[in-house]
Amino acid sequence: MDVISTVDRIIEKHGTGADRTIGILQEIQTTFRYLPLEALERVCDKTEITPSQIYGVATFYAQFRMDPVGEHIIRVCHGTACHVSGAKNLTEALEEHLEVKDGGNTRDMKYTLESVACLGCCSLAPCMMVDEETHGKLDRGRVVETIDEHRRTIQTGEET
Amino acid sequence: MSASPVKEVIVGLGSCGIASGARKTWNALERALGSTGAKANLGITGCVGMCYLEPLVEVVHEDGSRFLYRKVNEKRAEQIVTEHVCGGKPVQKLVVDLGAEGSEDHAYMAKQRRIVLRNCGGIDPEDIEDYIAVGGYRAIRRSIEEGPEWVVSEIKASGLRGRGGAGFPTGTKWDLARRSAGTPKYVVCNADEGDPGAFMDRSTIEGDPHSVLEGMMICGFTVGATEGIIYCRAEYPLALKRLRIAIEQATGRGLLDAPLTPDGFSFHVKVKEGAGAFVCGEETALMQSVMGQRGMPKFRPPYPAQAGLWGKPTNINNVETFANVPWIIIEGAKAFASLGTEKSKGSKVFALAGRIKRGGLVEVPMGITIGEIVNDVGGGTVGKGRRLKAVQMGGPSGGCIPDSLFDTRIDYDEVTRTGAIMGSGGLVVMDDTSCMVDIARFFLDFTQKESCGKCTFCRIGTKRMLEILTRICDGEGRMEDIDLLQDLAYRIKTTSLCGLGQTAPNPVLTTIKYFRAEYETHIRDHKCLAGRCSRLTTFHITGECPGCMACLKACPTKCITGKKKEVHVIDQGKCIKCGVCRDVCKYDTVAVV
Repeated sequence: MDVISTVDRIIEKHGTGADRTIGILQEIQTTFRYLPLEALERVCDKTEITPSQIYGVATFYAQFRMDPVGEHIIRVCHGTACHVSGAKNLTEALEEHLEVKDGGNTRDMKYTLESVACLGCCSLAPCMMVDEETHGKLDRGRVVETIDEHRRTIQTGEET
Repeated sequence: MSASPVKEVIVGLGSCGIASGARKTWNALERALGSTGAKANLGITGCVGMCYLEPLVEVVHEDGSRFLYRKVNEKRAEQIVTEHVCGGKPVQKLVVDLGAEGSEDHAYMAKQRRIVLRNCGGIDPEDIEDYIAVGGYRAIRRSIEEGPEWVVSEIKASGLRGRGGAGFPTGTKWDLARRSAGTPKYVVCNADEGDPGAFMDRSTIEGDPHSVLEGMMICGFTVGATEGIIYCRAEYPLALKRLRIAIEQATGRGLLDAPLTPDGFSFHVKVKEGAGAFVCGEETALMQSVMGQRGMPKFRPPYPAQAGLWGKPTNINNVETFANVPWIIIEGAKAFASLGTEKSKGSKVFALAGRIKRGGLVEVPMGITIGEIVNDVGGGTVGKGRRLKAVQMGGPSGGCIPDSLFDTRIDYDEVTRTGAIMGSGGLVVMDDTSCMVDIARFFLDFTQKESCGKCTFCRIGTKRMLEILTRICDGEGRMEDIDLLQDLAYRIKTTSLCGLGQTAPNPVLTTIKYFRAEYETHIRDHKCLAGRCSRLTTFHITGECPGCMACLKACPTKCITGKKKEVHVIDQGKCIKCGVCRDVCKYDTVAVV
């Protein structure tokens, strides 16, 4: 995907004012799954947004990432309810199973493991989200089973 | 046997339902209905609040009779289609009977009073006709007939206070925005539900998005604003989707972007996705974010009502506040004010979670006690031998209220007196496996990360507090640390610009106030009796262990040995203190020593 022409299209859609920064960044990230430096430089060239503004916004919000991510993102909830129900165990089990550190990507770039503040599924704590699908009432065993099942689904290409 | 044929089978497809497998249930129902050739429609609805029974399925007959089914997996879905939809015979053992006194489900619902959640779980949130059929969009018509002054006086008389947590009187806020000069004016709906442990706004939007839209329209008409903005977390994909559908349908129906009054008042709503910053729940930070900037709070005054978005008068309320409005307009201020205490009227939605038997979304009248919510509605704590210890109210801005104060009533001022705050409605129940020092550390870890960095004491003070709490949890605390924490807390509270810093120390202050002994045990005895702080914990299997092998199988490091019907033993050298053995033990024989 050509970064420059893609970014130009996004800018055309959102406009060039400084108040468009977040929307532009969100769409760049949806497209590339992270914020490539080249894309940010292009935004600054073509809009009223300055490099300090765009960097300030991109580093302020938890949603934005400056590095590439795996194909699928695992978000382990560490909200209050999940914390008291053992969310730490889920992260530990996944770190071990996927051989990845919290916040990192698996070697095959299939998965990124993240800890997030709260997914808002507190009554099913502890929970996690794999891409946009939430799984609740997990424990060390079930969290590993869930990922293994997900891996099988993507391998057979049946993912819906 | 019900003589009337089945009209519809409805699946609860809120986020909680989906997380419990409701999509699989939906697919199974679709397959079963298809293969049997049954005529019943398959519909969806939002969260009815009974998260502990998800996935929920409701079967509705032509004559209006309804049967609600609990925990419907794929197998049960097939059974329901075969026996009930086709055979006409309800599967009684799976039916949730809310009317049966003495039953758990009756207890869950009996003390609730549903105003905000009036339609959640009852209508299809993706169909505006369903909302209109239950009286939706009548309140905006009535507001237009009666005029803005009437709306302001009605909202004032209702006693409605901001449900985002601070409790500012809504009628007064609207009046200020109304009197403020300047055009255009803006109405902002704060759906940036960032408190960990809270999901009221998500469920309300997922279950009844039109009530929020209608509340915003009424506000727009009253204060003279033509532009509405819903600022919603990006972490809530389903809520965002349903909001967009609702806006599209309301526009199609001529309710948005079309003149509603003879003088041409029309209202436009758009959705802005938050990008993940807790501080953006604070109104001045939220406005910065809407304008594309870093979400850094600003000094007030000027208040948003005077100079908000792009310097124009702006009225900001939270989701739950807006969802109350149509009800008040139709049912009257008096009906609303008849519920609750002297200064806190109406109802409050709580996200009941944590170590609780029946977790979910509950809406109770103000004035009910914390104990009634936890024990009567929620059914107390889970797990054998566990003892209730506290509830955490108000998230990172709130505090832990000990079980000795469970007779505290749900009332803005009464809750504040305990050191916690009403907050937006997160109510996380904790038992004796929750360590209060660890909870304080958990919240400071959160606020320290989320501090925007503008005020020095908030930025650095929270970090220092976190360091102190971490060393206490690691067994390296000093006795003077407790005083040091209180001193820092005072300074952070008094020198921070916004609510985040002013309240960030609350979790530490309340846990020191009510659970000081736990801090001292950590520091002096190097023990965490809740078994949470791994360096201060030793798990031990007592002599009463019946030898059921459950912990042995669950242990991730395989450090438990023993034969069936013999007392098991933990190899302390290999134990990682994860506590899984205690969680799975049905006999309460795993102790912390």
